[in-house]
Amino acid sequence: MKKGKTTGARALIKALESRGVEYIFGYPGGATLPLYDELAKSSIKHILARHEQGAAHMADGYARASGKVGVCMATSGPGATNLVTGIATAFMDSSPIIAITGQVPRAMIGNDAFQEVDTTGITIPITKHNYLVKRASELPATIEEAFYLASTGRKGPVLIDIPSDVQKEEFHLQEVKRKPLEGYKPTITGHPGQIRRAIQQIKASKRPLILAGGGIFHADATDELIELAESGNFPIVYTLMGKASIPNSHRLCFGMIGYHGRVEANTAISEADTIVAIGVRFSNRSTGKLQNFATQASIIHIDIDPAEIGKNVPATLPIVGDAKHILAELTKQLKKSNIDGSKHEEWILHLASVRKKHPLRGRMEGVNTPNIIRKLKEVAGDIILVTDVGKHQMFAAHYFPVDTPRSFLTSGGLGTMGFSVPAAIGAKVARPDKKVAVIAGDGSFFMTSQQIASAVQYNIPVLILIMNDYCLGMIHQLQDVLYGKRYNACDLERIVDYAKLAESMGAVGIRVTEEKDIESAISKGLESERPVVIDFILEEKENAYPMVVGDTLLDILE
Amino acid sequence: MKHTISVYCDDTPGVLTRISGLFSRRGFNIESMSVGHTEIPGKSRFTIVVKGDDNVLEQVRKQLQKLIHVIRAWDIKPQLSVEREHALLKLKVEEDKRGELLQIITAVQARIIDSTEDIWILEVTGNSSMVDNAFNLFKNYNILESIRTGKIALERGSVLNAR
Ligand SMILES: Cc1ncc(C[n+]2csc(CCOP(=O)(O)OP(=O)(O)O)c2C)c(N)n1
Repeated sequence: MKKGKTTGARALIKALESRGVEYIFGYPGGATLPLYDELAKSSIKHILARHEQGAAHMADGYARASGKVGVCMATSGPGATNLVTGIATAFMDSSPIIAITGQVPRAMIGNDAFQEVDTTGITIPITKHNYLVKRASELPATIEEAFYLASTGRKGPVLIDIPSDVQKEEFHLQEVKRKPLEGYKPTITGHPGQIRRAIQQIKASKRPLILAGGGIFHADATDELIELAESGNFPIVYTLMGKASIPNSHRLCFGMIGYHGRVEANTAISEADTIVAIGVRFSNRSTGKLQNFATQASIIHIDIDPAEIGKNVPATLPIVGDAKHILAELTKQLKKSNIDGSKHEEWILHLASVRKKHPLRGRMEGVNTPNIIRKLKEVAGDIILVTDVGKHQMFAAHYFPVDTPRSFLTSGGLGTMGFSVPAAIGAKVARPDKKVAVIAGDGSFFMTSQQIASAVQYNIPVLILIMNDYCLGMIHQLQDVLYGKRYNACDLERIVDYAKLAESMGAVGIRVTEEKDIESAISKGLESERPVVIDFILEEKENAYPMVVGDTLLDILE
Repeated sequence: MKHTISVYCDDTPGVLTRISGLFSRRGFNIESMSVGHTEIPGKSRFTIVVKGDDNVLEQVRKQLQKLIHVIRAWDIKPQLSVEREHALLKLKVEEDKRGELLQIITAVQARIIDSTEDIWILEVTGNSSMVDNAFNLFKNYNILESIRTGKIALERGSVLNAR
């Protein structure tokens, strides 16, 4: 190569390095080999996944645990299509990841060349933005812009598709100049007039309520959330994605709302006269039937994405902007206005009494999911818990109290089975200082269990707890409650020995069938330097309650 | 309700797919769409006509606005704007209908822009109902083929939504 020249691949890797990228989760193929050739010379560490879906979930878990942008990489064609589930999962939960895909050489695009798919076409609806890079010289600015887009405004995945000949193309490296994006200017500070009106409405409220969603983490606003709640003595409820925005032990915390929400939380939603909703998108899993949702409340909706305002639930008062800023401003002005929080004491006591009347009724004995989760908390303390999707996810949401932000990672929006194991690997890579555990059903676990081999290869000790009922439990529950017990296609049968499967990959495998062994197995798992899989053979098929079965959030089975 | 949506955006590859994709995802059938460059290099403007529920359409507009290369997307109010559509019609002209046709052409302010043998190509310009009207009148003659552009619309006076 001539002096002063570089290649697309080298420029890409250099750009990632200068963005501070430490890890890429990926899987190679013909169309990314030039990138891998450069990556080998880089300080960036590559974690070889065992399927591209896992690579995307790893990057996503990394992003969720740390708040930093996660990076994943796959080859063209099947590599790119395998990423799709992982990208969509990140998209639905606004998780900032960059997906880099190889593409066939420029001259072959559109010819149905070997391993060609229209990757940017396929991923338009599941990315915040995507690029097909046509010239190597565009790469540095593209990377710069991609990181900017992924990590600002409403965060989300950005994909960069790079033809293999662009990776090899030589060009003169120049100063990166990102063109300003006229069409992208996220609003950060909330409108002062709207904030003033919000203060008036909050002060006039008799039964105020804060509803916290996943946006709280994206705005890094957990401290501001708690300060706001404390400033006016406002109770807080949260969506599944908002769990860990406030410690469950906090006296103002009243749990999760929604389809599988707690009775006191759904009561709070139904009886509140003002709801300050922050970083939520009012998904159907949170609201139930929209016309019956929060019928007594005026809603102050705070979100960085104006398209969320009024999308599902009409807002009486929208405030578009960054939650961190807006919440701090609300707290400041409420304090200045000498709000008297004690007048909400009765409301809080009322919710507390509802909670008392409706305790969780899961099995707190034997080898049963609620009991196992409780013991995990007792033994492990403040860890990052990653869940998969199904009954165990709802049990985890209720029975695993959390203390710190970003300590509960779950696929809320897409509900992607198979999320947990790879996301936990990514989370552990991002937060080596923290213990990371997984709660998965046997069905979910088996969807991406091969990724354990990656955890073994790179010494990433994650603890995986399988709630094994030999069954697709949530399907069984739905067929039980809603389909007259006509069970079909949910029996996984006693076929796989998951402990042996783990052992076969070099992880530690433990099978637990008796209650007395639960704690010791968990302790062993937490201390291990290798990944550990504990296969808990559940005593019963226990349904996950509460569960809304009627038209309102209070028509609820407990 | 019928809406006319104007989109001012960067002229980048894929922007058309992104824009039209947002409508089809929400089940909107685009009645017409026209796009072209503006006086500013690198910027395009779309005029999109769709029918549908006002609230859902407002959602789509906001989603359009979220596209990175869309600078502004807004609903154009018919009372405050002028609009134009363009159509070409190819007619086979029978000798005894010539006179009638010429009268209609004058009435709808159409122009004959080509005549090859006994076949004319007529050009019609106007707002959508004027073009509809012309089609209605020519329907009784022998139309061989026809083509219409989508509508384009611009607000009157000092309203400058793209800036
Ligand atoms: C990829 C994917 N496929 C299908 C589903 C539908 N689904 C939701 S929960 C569930 C069963 C989960 O079973 P398991 O992982 O064993 O957990 P459990 O409900 O028993 O706790 C299924 C099939 C899904 N969410 N994701």
